[in-house]
Amino acid sequence: MINENNNSENLNKFLHKENEIRNVETPDGSIIQVDPLNDYFCTDRPEVKEPKNKVIEKFLNWARAESLWVLGFGTGCGSIEIPPLVTPRFDAYRFGVQMRPTPRQSNVFIISGYLAVKTLKRVIRTYEQMQGPKYVLALGSCTINGGMYWDSYNTINRLDHYIPVDVYVAGCMPRPEALLAGFNKLKERIKDGRAEGANEYAEKFDWYKSNQKKIVKDWNMPDYNW
Amino acid sequence: MKEQKNIFNWQPDRSKYPKVKENGELDIDLTSEKFIKLWQGPNHPGVTGNMAIELTVSGDEVVHAKTHVGYLHRGFEKLMERRLWIQCFPTCIRMCVAEPDYNEYLLAKSAEELSGIEVPEMAEWLRTLVLEMARLQSLLRTVPGQAGTLSLGVGVQWGVYLRDLVLDLFEELTGGRVYHMYILPGGVRGLLPDGFKKRMEDVLKKIEEFIVNIENLMFKNIVFKKRTIGVGYIDPAWVDQFGIVGPNARAAGFKRDVRKDYPYLKYNELDFDVTYETDSDIFARSVVRKKELILTLDLIRQIMAKMPEKGDFKAQTPNVLHWKIPAGETYVRSESSRGEYGFYTVSDGSTMPRRINLRGPSYTHAVSLLEKMLINANLADVHSIMVSLQTCPPEIER
Amino acid sequence: MENYIEDIKLRFDVKDIVSRRDNLSFITCEKEKTIALITHMKNNLGFTHFVLLTAVDWIEDGLFQLTYILNNPNAKIDIAVRTMISRENSEMESAHKLWQQVATYQRELREMFGINFPDSPGVTDNFILEGWDDIPPYRRDFDTKKYAEETYFPRPGRETNDPAEYMKKKLS
Repeated sequence: MINENNNSENLNKFLHKENEIRNVETPDGSIIQVDPLNDYFCTDRPEVKEPKNKVIEKFLNWARAESLWVLGFGTGCGSIEIPPLVTPRFDAYRFGVQMRPTPRQSNVFIISGYLAVKTLKRVIRTYEQMQGPKYVLALGSCTINGGMYWDSYNTINRLDHYIPVDVYVAGCMPRPEALLAGFNKLKERIKDGRAEGANEYAEKFDWYKSNQKKIVKDWNMPDYNW
Repeated sequence: MKEQKNIFNWQPDRSKYPKVKENGELDIDLTSEKFIKLWQGPNHPGVTGNMAIELTVSGDEVVHAKTHVGYLHRGFEKLMERRLWIQCFPTCIRMCVAEPDYNEYLLAKSAEELSGIEVPEMAEWLRTLVLEMARLQSLLRTVPGQAGTLSLGVGVQWGVYLRDLVLDLFEELTGGRVYHMYILPGGVRGLLPDGFKKRMEDVLKKIEEFIVNIENLMFKNIVFKKRTIGVGYIDPAWVDQFGIVGPNARAAGFKRDVRKDYPYLKYNELDFDVTYETDSDIFARSVVRKKELILTLDLIRQIMAKMPEKGDFKAQTPNVLHWKIPAGETYVRSESSRGEYGFYTVSDGSTMPRRINLRGPSYTHAVSLLEKMLINANLADVHSIMVSLQTCPPEIER
Repeated sequence: MENYIEDIKLRFDVKDIVSRRDNLSFITCEKEKTIALITHMKNNLGFTHFVLLTAVDWIEDGLFQLTYILNNPNAKIDIAVRTMISRENSEMESAHKLWQQVATYQRELREMFGINFPDSPGVTDNFILEGWDDIPPYRRDFDTKKYAEETYFPRPGRETNDPAEYMKKKLS
């Protein structure tokens, strides 16, 4: 899938100076070559991880469902309803939902509304950096079919063409109660073993990548980075 | 003006700092390990929306900053060119999620001004009330939000809870929680429900208690004072040079308020003074916002007392599906919680607008001013400075 | 208001004076004289607050209209200066030396309308769009619906109704 030549040619077009190959002197005086794009990213394909034991998997799914750690990345106007969600009025903590600052610590990604093309690029990177199993909760009509912005030249129409989505919460904008209902729906799916977004992404990786590359015109990053 | 003792402020003597090249970049060697590039954003808990600041840091001092926007661009101005005037109303309010009502009011006002529709008095009062409520809910996020940037998170918890109470009132009045679509060309969609005034008074009393608490939490707190006094200084000379408006200009000693200078709706019948401070640092801007909050409570009480009980609330408008607005152009403005918020509207006499352009205060605050203010700031103060300008990225890129 | 307009009329050749409100007037000026007029208004007439700069695409006439809205904070009045530039090879003198934020507006106009402002700092940098390879999107001849349908995988089943026709069908 990853064609070395094609990739580097593509990268050269948009390469920033900081990403160029260069020599760096280490503290002990020796000189090493640094290639930021290959050294700092893993370029392997994602793999499908099948559960080994169904009974243990069921227990693990129960545990996963009860601790949903949400990445604090508000992508659109839906993020205005996140503060009410985690403050005492609606208090999502009682469902085991809490906000985390980095993708490495979280397993739920809330896409809170429309995605501009520029943000989609960051969303893809962030999604790939999250640890599996990972779940995506899409907020608002604009992630389902474009909603208000169905004819806009800069926002995507269907989120499930770019990353796998587990639960959609409809509305513009969805209320915090609807978000809590969405979390409960997600828990049900996880407990049933139906929330296999990470595996689906690995399985249909080529299809997702081709869709992503179709609209992100300046693709200046490796095909998969985590 | 206070004597500036803080070393982390704009230093007029630039001889010690690297030179800026013609294309706006710094003349430095990034591989020399004296400088490091840091990205703050695009996602950051301090901003309402996504915005990135590319910082070049030497030690813990910022030597260069560049704002990157465009993460929330939806092309509203293009979309509204291919929608009917009435379809523009649900579209335009989504331009700024923090206080959407100003968008609907300004578009309605432009359409009324271009087509010469007179708005009934009752509708004017209701519009004034809705705009002040929008300011109230926005300030309830931003006043404690400044404390939140210094890890005083409890203020945010109180503020967001009280904001929810205001949103409940909005829900009762308009049916919507965040986006209301209450103001239409020619008037508003309905009168106040029964008992609304009493429930509003209950919420206002709770907010008064909150102001006492926030006074203790922020303005009498030595940590807050030490982190904000003298930090993020805006030279009053920059106000005209950079187009600074609203609370940021008022904190620099300029008594500029659109409500007072260009009275719109019923503001000339209300009794209020422009709040201002002279220190022009983060602390002064927080004090101005707190005073605004007190002023808003007062204004809502005045509106409630002066408003007539019943009346005509919607003027006759043509069939909105065939509504052609006469050719012409206009600029209308109002005072949002961030400053002057204006719509430049051009109609070519057809059923769709020719061009609608939004002038948001963040357009100047978050790009040219912030880039200047962050130079020589301490790295730990960067997001406090950004929040103190109350930037709202969606209105920069629309 | 009249004094200011009279003063401007004496020195510059302005036409199409439209008074929208007591405190807002629109005037039209030639392309070459516009920056001189704005400089005069800023330095001598007290129009120190720059409100906005934007463009309107009059594709039928082959023209772009640039609108500079200036505000006088002491007299509390606004004057909007309009100028028409050609749509082909559109180019305008930069005003970034008068106010700092004008450079941002010019960056946006360059990206969204394709109007060039030589000498404006950083005008060629990306501002909002990233990797855009079509014609500038705010131009009237760019069809956003067609572009979105071709690019963004529209979900089948969405019905879009022109409200006027839809109501006619429903009422008949």
